[in-house]
Amino acid sequence: MTMRIELEARPTPSRLAGWFSPIAAIAATVLVGCILFSALGRNPWLALHAFFVLPLATPYGLAELLLKASPLMLIAVGLSIGYRANVWNIGAEGQLTMGAIFGGGVALLLHEAASALALPVMLLAGIIGGMAWAAIPAWLRTRFNANEILVSLMLVYVAALVLSLLVHGPWRDPEGFNFPQSRMFDDAALLPILWPETRLNAGLLLALATVAAAWVFVRKSLAGFQMRVAGLAPAAANYAGISAKRTVWLGMLIGGACAGLAGINEAAGPVGQLQPSMSPGYGFAAIIVAFVGRLHPVGIVFASLLLSLLYLGGESAQVNLALPSAVTGLFQGTLLLFLLAADVLIHYRLRIVRRVSVA
Amino acid sequence: MNAPRLKLSGIRKVYPSVVANDDVDLAVSAGDIHAVLGENGAGKSTLMKIVYGVVKPDAGTIEWEGTPVVIDNPARARRLGIGMVFQHFSLFETLTVAENIALALPVERAGSDLPARILDVSAKYGLPLEPSRVVHSMSVGERQRVEIVRCLLQDPKLLIMDEPTSVLTPQAVLKLFATLAQLAADGVAILYISHKLPEIQALCQRATVMRNGKVTGTCDPRQETASSLARMMIGAELPRTLHRDVRAGAACLIVRELSLPADDPFGTDLVAINLTVRAAEIVGIAGVSGNGQRELLAALSGERKSPIADTIRIAGASVGHLDAGERRALGVAFVPEERLGRGAVPDLSLAANSLLTAYRRGLTASGFIRDGAVEAYTAATIRDFNVKAAGPDAAARSLSGGNLQKFIVGREIRQQPKLLIVAQPTWGVDVGAAAQIRQTLIDLRDAGVAVLVISEELEELYEICDQVAVLAQGRLSPVKPLRETNATEIGLLMAGGLAEERTPASARQLDAAT
Repeated sequence: MTMRIELEARPTPSRLAGWFSPIAAIAATVLVGCILFSALGRNPWLALHAFFVLPLATPYGLAELLLKASPLMLIAVGLSIGYRANVWNIGAEGQLTMGAIFGGGVALLLHEAASALALPVMLLAGIIGGMAWAAIPAWLRTRFNANEILVSLMLVYVAALVLSLLVHGPWRDPEGFNFPQSRMFDDAALLPILWPETRLNAGLLLALATVAAAWVFVRKSLAGFQMRVAGLAPAAANYAGISAKRTVWLGMLIGGACAGLAGINEAAGPVGQLQPSMSPGYGFAAIIVAFVGRLHPVGIVFASLLLSLLYLGGESAQVNLALPSAVTGLFQGTLLLFLLAADVLIHYRLRIVRRVSVA
Repeated sequence: MNAPRLKLSGIRKVYPSVVANDDVDLAVSAGDIHAVLGENGAGKSTLMKIVYGVVKPDAGTIEWEGTPVVIDNPARARRLGIGMVFQHFSLFETLTVAENIALALPVERAGSDLPARILDVSAKYGLPLEPSRVVHSMSVGERQRVEIVRCLLQDPKLLIMDEPTSVLTPQAVLKLFATLAQLAADGVAILYISHKLPEIQALCQRATVMRNGKVTGTCDPRQETASSLARMMIGAELPRTLHRDVRAGAACLIVRELSLPADDPFGTDLVAINLTVRAAEIVGIAGVSGNGQRELLAALSGERKSPIADTIRIAGASVGHLDAGERRALGVAFVPEERLGRGAVPDLSLAANSLLTAYRRGLTASGFIRDGAVEAYTAATIRDFNVKAAGPDAAARSLSGGNLQKFIVGREIRQQPKLLIVAQPTWGVDVGAAAQIRQTLIDLRDAGVAVLVISEELEELYEICDQVAVLAQGRLSPVKPLRETNATEIGLLMAGGLAEERTPASARQLDAAT
């Protein structure tokens, strides 16, 4: 008698598995983390404590958690709208950079103007910057059918080079001892602090408002519904007269706008100036946030907190256990891998097959 | 006494949501052509899959020539001598006939004499085939011959034919019947699955009728009437469609010299299509699938735009350059051939699927969805068209094919179109629902709607159409009043007679040139 495990297609996707799969993925990631820490010669219990508990032990830590979660949820919620429609914007990191350049450019232009309008104009410019950068893959896709995954990804590196060029050259702080960074923004060009004594700023409110708006768009608007259809059944979308071009444009521009806003939020928030690198990879981590959050606005809020904790945990593990900084990326990757694997169970179930061999 | 070649007793198969076979008995002897008759979903296909070893029964016994057997995979079924010709062909389009057949045979039997053996069998049973021809260049009827010859080369003792005539022209059906009769005379037992009553009466000596997974009767179909068979099959009388005389009105759809090259390598080019559909008239387009139906439908619906705006006019407006949504705004509704994935989004609820095309009917307000209105529209469609569904929140994929078709037809009709374009309106729909859908189309016509029906089922076109044309090899024959045509003429056109008719003309041109 032999036994094997088969995957059997479910008649309908399992809702239970839909909720269970992120939890299973997190559990598997923690388990792999334990094995990894042991292999590195650390007590896994202490390592997990340093990774997941220490960062939250102080109010400052909590504020940092929310601070880092803000750009993640903002970008992820924008990307999720495109992803639901099979528009694969992988270049949010570049759109974030371009948002910082546009918004930061306005801040530098308005240096010492001390206008109350400075901040709103900067935010708007940041959004436009992100959209403009996302418009390039959108146009190439709709005009020449160029793959938006590759184009948007490659533009990440172009955006980074543009920023580098600016902060090494024309926008370099004249009083900055030749460091490749812009001058610090004026106070009027900085997002107000929400929680005194911490770095948590109004960017969190902008992110939460965007999440709420995205929920309304996805659930209540005809355009949001049509984009969902375009993702679920392209032939049905075509049959119903839903324009494939409009879907690509909307998906890319919404993602770009959110990433651009996240970019200027970083520049006008915790960073306070333009530097050669504006984010520790929020644009890429947000892809994981979007999927861990099931492309759902509420799920994304929770997932952004989790990924934010991974960033903080990675820093804490470096400080307390002298673990390499690569451990953050490793955790992110492991989590995404397990999530995608666990997602199989939404559409399939496991079946143990016993075969009685016939002589 | 001879044991029957195949005897099934007490076969039962339960799926999570449905009992597909319940205590089914069936016996077929050498030389019998035995019909298995039933509506879609009656359990015929499950039963045949059990015989062919694709599905394992939960209970019951199978006896082969008097010996109990376990058929746990198709290879074992083939070793016993069971062959099956599926409704959907499993041929590689880019390979030749001989290559396709070789793939299904044991290695030692697929040697260099295979083409000769193919020719032998095809000559013996009147199934002309060219072993070296590539499959994608062949018509559906020819492809079916490949499938049959492939089965016959394995010397089957039992041949299962699953809805074999659904894709054949009337002439091809007659040829197939002659082949089957000859096979039976040679001692092959044949199980013939169908829901078409006249065919079964013409071909079979015995019939097992199934309904809801159970056997509801066995009979000699030649001794029964169509209505007594239908009663066994659907448990009720066949509804009759009523046809009033209505005078056709102004032209609503005008297609002039529409030519479109195919957009995929195995597609069909549309060549100079001319067609007019007037208000209060049903125009039928007959033809075997794969002759440009899909392409014509896409061109009319706007899923594929036409380079010249003027080639298609709807309600007086040139629409060739408009997409499907813009054409719908002019009062056109479409029922596509593919229900899941095109006509409806499988994973979304029926309510969401109403919104898909009917959002112009007050289901949105300034871009936002009115949930109450969507729900009401969906509930009304479910009620008016007798859709069996849990409610507006049921996922489209949870409906049976026939019920989903009723839902889509209902959703489109309730948009009160001026022009309705329907492909295969009753494909896979049970007899009762099919009659209801046909009646609905006729009622629409009577109410002044222009209706275009593309269908493979000639009987259906004869039942509902005022005018008819045939699409063959991407060309459309002239539209004629139904009364002025007959099945033979249409059958000839379906088989590509149009192209043959043209030969003399080109020959004359050639003469004139020399």
